[in-house]
Amino acid sequence: MDYPSRERKTLDQVVVRLAGDSGDGMQKAGEQFTLTTALAGNDLATFPDFPAEIRAPAGTTFGVSGFQIHFADHDVLTPGDRPDVLVAMNPAALKVNLGDLEPGALVIVNTGAFTKANLRKAGYEANPLEDGSLDPFRVLEIDISKQTLAAVEPFELGSRDALRCKNFWALGLLYWMFDRDLAPTLAWLDEKFAKRPVIRDANKAALKAGHAYGETVELPSGIEPYRVPRAKLPPGEYRNITGNEATAWGLVAAARLSGLEMVLGSYPITPASNVLHYLAKLRHFGVTTFQTEDEIAAVCAAIGASFAGKLGVTTTSGPGVALKTEAIGLAIAVELPLVIVDIQRAGPSTGMPTKTEQSDLLQAMYGRNGDAPVAVVAAATPGDCFHMAIEAARLALRAMTPVFLLTDGYIANGAAPWKIPDIAEIPPIEVKFHQAPEGFHPFLRDPKTLARVWPIPGTPGLAHRIGGLEKDYDSGNISYDPANHHRMTKVRAEKIARLADVIPEQDVATGEDHGKLAVVGWGGTFGAIDAAVRSCRARGAAVSHIHLRYLNPFPKNLGALLSRFDRILVPELNNGQLVKILRSEFLVPARGLDKIAGQPFKVSELEDAILQHLEQDA
Amino acid sequence: MAPDTPTALTRKSFMSDQEVRWCPGCGDYAILAALQRTLPKLGVRPENTVFVSGIGCSSRFPYYMNTYGFHTIHGRAPAVATGVKLANPDLDVWVITGDGDGLSIGGNHLLHALRRNVDLQILLFNNRVYGLTKGQYSPTSLLGQHGPSTPLGSVDYPVHPLPFALGAGARFVARAIDTVQKPLMEIYERAYRNKGASLVEILQNCPVFNDGAFTDVAAKDVASDRQLWAVHGQPLVFGKNRDKGLRMRRDGCGIEVVTIGEGGVSMDEVLVHDETNLGLASLLAHLGPPDAPMVFGVLYCNPAPTYEHQALAQNELARQRYGEADLDALLRSGHTWTVSGNEDG
Ligand SMILES: Cc1ncc(C[n+]2csc(CCOP(=O)(O)OP(=O)(O)O)c2C)c(N)n1
Ligand code: SF4
Ligand SMILES: [Mg+2]
Repeated sequence: MDYPSRERKTLDQVVVRLAGDSGDGMQKAGEQFTLTTALAGNDLATFPDFPAEIRAPAGTTFGVSGFQIHFADHDVLTPGDRPDVLVAMNPAALKVNLGDLEPGALVIVNTGAFTKANLRKAGYEANPLEDGSLDPFRVLEIDISKQTLAAVEPFELGSRDALRCKNFWALGLLYWMFDRDLAPTLAWLDEKFAKRPVIRDANKAALKAGHAYGETVELPSGIEPYRVPRAKLPPGEYRNITGNEATAWGLVAAARLSGLEMVLGSYPITPASNVLHYLAKLRHFGVTTFQTEDEIAAVCAAIGASFAGKLGVTTTSGPGVALKTEAIGLAIAVELPLVIVDIQRAGPSTGMPTKTEQSDLLQAMYGRNGDAPVAVVAAATPGDCFHMAIEAARLALRAMTPVFLLTDGYIANGAAPWKIPDIAEIPPIEVKFHQAPEGFHPFLRDPKTLARVWPIPGTPGLAHRIGGLEKDYDSGNISYDPANHHRMTKVRAEKIARLADVIPEQDVATGEDHGKLAVVGWGGTFGAIDAAVRSCRARGAAVSHIHLRYLNPFPKNLGALLSRFDRILVPELNNGQLVKILRSEFLVPARGLDKIAGQPFKVSELEDAILQHLEQDA
Repeated sequence: MAPDTPTALTRKSFMSDQEVRWCPGCGDYAILAALQRTLPKLGVRPENTVFVSGIGCSSRFPYYMNTYGFHTIHGRAPAVATGVKLANPDLDVWVITGDGDGLSIGGNHLLHALRRNVDLQILLFNNRVYGLTKGQYSPTSLLGQHGPSTPLGSVDYPVHPLPFALGAGARFVARAIDTVQKPLMEIYERAYRNKGASLVEILQNCPVFNDGAFTDVAAKDVASDRQLWAVHGQPLVFGKNRDKGLRMRRDGCGIEVVTIGEGGVSMDEVLVHDETNLGLASLLAHLGPPDAPMVFGVLYCNPAPTYEHQALAQNELARQRYGEADLDALLRSGHTWTVSGNEDG
């Protein structure tokens, strides 16, 4: 049959949010939706948002797990401010997410979960499906629980296991709605549940049933299937990647490019743990992963490995960095290469482990005793984590220094299509172990980079001692000489400053290199800021976007570039950190724009702030 | 002849050009000298030898050795040393730590290095005091120790290094005294030969802040009655006339001191040392004055595969299982798709 309503309406972009209990499998469904959407040729960005509790009490608002995906026929910079489609698997999921919807949005609700008990747990006094609170929206009410039970009945699962298939039923419906191919997800189920054929087949049946439901059931008016044409991406081979995957692979690539094996010391912590997990699967790449007793041991083991001639790496989040602090100072003092990956989360203290923030910048820059400079770089997007991990290693090995790579929970967990780079085109990282005994001492320096030599144990004639005590510039021996300490402190600072010789000049992401207003961001806020600046420019605003990935040292031209703007606005997911550094470094009248909510910027928030700023000017 | 044929090494080969800066009379001198004498006999090469230390008077040790050395931060030497071993298991790695460094701030790392059985020789200089920071009591200080932070005497109970090590799962545990050179050298050698974490507690006198802390066992006039040097396969006897021994108690679980020939006690009843017996080692580790002698020598040696050996074997296993590492293939694992230039939306 051919209903006219079944003709697919073309949309240029859609934002879908899946929400349910943390045990409802929303993240899994979201990942599958992401995969098929990417394969369908859309550009996309995702935002998984889940509670810290592994299994928060079912039905409660704080146990709600969400997964948002924004896909389009053009390039996508953020996961989207507001969902066009919300799938709410229970009352709590509806309650938590309804406020983000614009009137007219489509809400798909699983009425089967709207029991009295669930309504009460969600804190609803009246059933929102009945009291008119959904009137502003287009609502599709389906008893997904019942539909799922019927679809998987032949497999004779217990009702618990049977109900667990309802995420795939909902996914099937979305696949129908957005014209997605079922095959990749069916293949994924084959692989995932190879050893549990009944579960595999039940989920497959649920997926197909959800899809068939869309095809066959007459839907209320105004609810129809859509089509989002392919995006025009630069030609090349693509894959989806999350920031943490890209970080792990970037580290492996750095080891390969430098010809070094890598030793990773790491202690599990959200949201950094899966970098350890990814690397643990890559032992055949010459990656030795070491889950230590704590973060101090993790960084110390990495430093020990660097001393012995490997690429020492440690991965963690803010609280872990706090513990590593003293050892990072040691690596600065003994001048050994070290990559510290800080996947930032909301703080202080334990803060909000699963929520994103950019509040470790000052910790990375300054959080040590003594004058203890390190290089700091930050990744802008999930895929950029790959490149910046390589950059972190390159700088560490060039200057014999610890380098921080800052990412954050948002880009760590978020996925985006990524053009797979050609490794052969990435310049190798030069590493030389010192060999010559003549005139040797352990703090001999390259006159150009000021990096000290790297003599590794096992080399005849180079036996030497290093340590955290100050050493003499000319002999490397312990020294308490006042002038020498002054000199060594300056040398350690200058060594980091000279890395500016090999980092790219600062470019302008969007807009002119001068003008009324520069919006200066860093790290994972790239997408939101760029989208906002583009949209303001489309409305005629004179605004440019400058995005920093090298934070210490800054690119050489940054000061001059900033001086060509009348005003500087610095949006950050913290209480104003980069803005402090820019003001003190360049004496520019930079203003901060902070959001400290554990959530990424919405594009609209930034647009408003930019326009307001320009109005003040007028 | 190959140019790098090792020349015969002497004690001097292991002495660095740095002036030794411990206080006159410090037990650390003897500990250092014994090691510099032992290493040439072991046939080790300075360039393959690494000393990793924490912070403390004792942790200055690496500066005086003409080998590779890393004076790290307070308490963390076992973790740094584990990283060195994971990076290059062929290196001989020694950890130098103190009672404060290894058992207060670094107790956690020591515990884990021991239980993992990382192939390290860990020398714990026990002077029952914080030397470097000028005399505060340490976690091995006996109850009632007076110092600048405990003018009325300490009120916390001490930790005993060897029972701690055995509890942590150490597979080689020994005790020595700074001034008794020959056995100290023998223990160094045993520790070196053991593949795995070897913990050696060395009773060390700090004449400045805790002088005489061990006179009750170390003083010449009491030594033979207060020291029992355990030798694998030999009866556990001590005393000037070697007529005192240890036997299992008849009235419960534990060890008692007996005099052979007195009250009908015969040599047959005296326990024979078995270094592979954890239960026996635990009983011996706890003994000490005034009721019993303190036991020295190798109390426990029961080797097992080392951490780094097994960890690096997994790298090899991964190579066998997944094949040679292919970065391009890794980046393309899972689903990929191609966007061609002329594709129309
Ligand atoms: C993080 C840190 N805390 C405190 C100190 C100060 N400190 C240095 S050595 C030491 C105690 C050393 O005692 P021990 O390990 O017994 O060594 P000893 O000097 O007795 O050989 C302390 C508290 C330090 N260096 N670093
Ligand atoms: S303070 Fe004690 S332990 Fe330290 S060097 Fe002096 S005597 Fe030795
Ligand atoms: Mg001490």
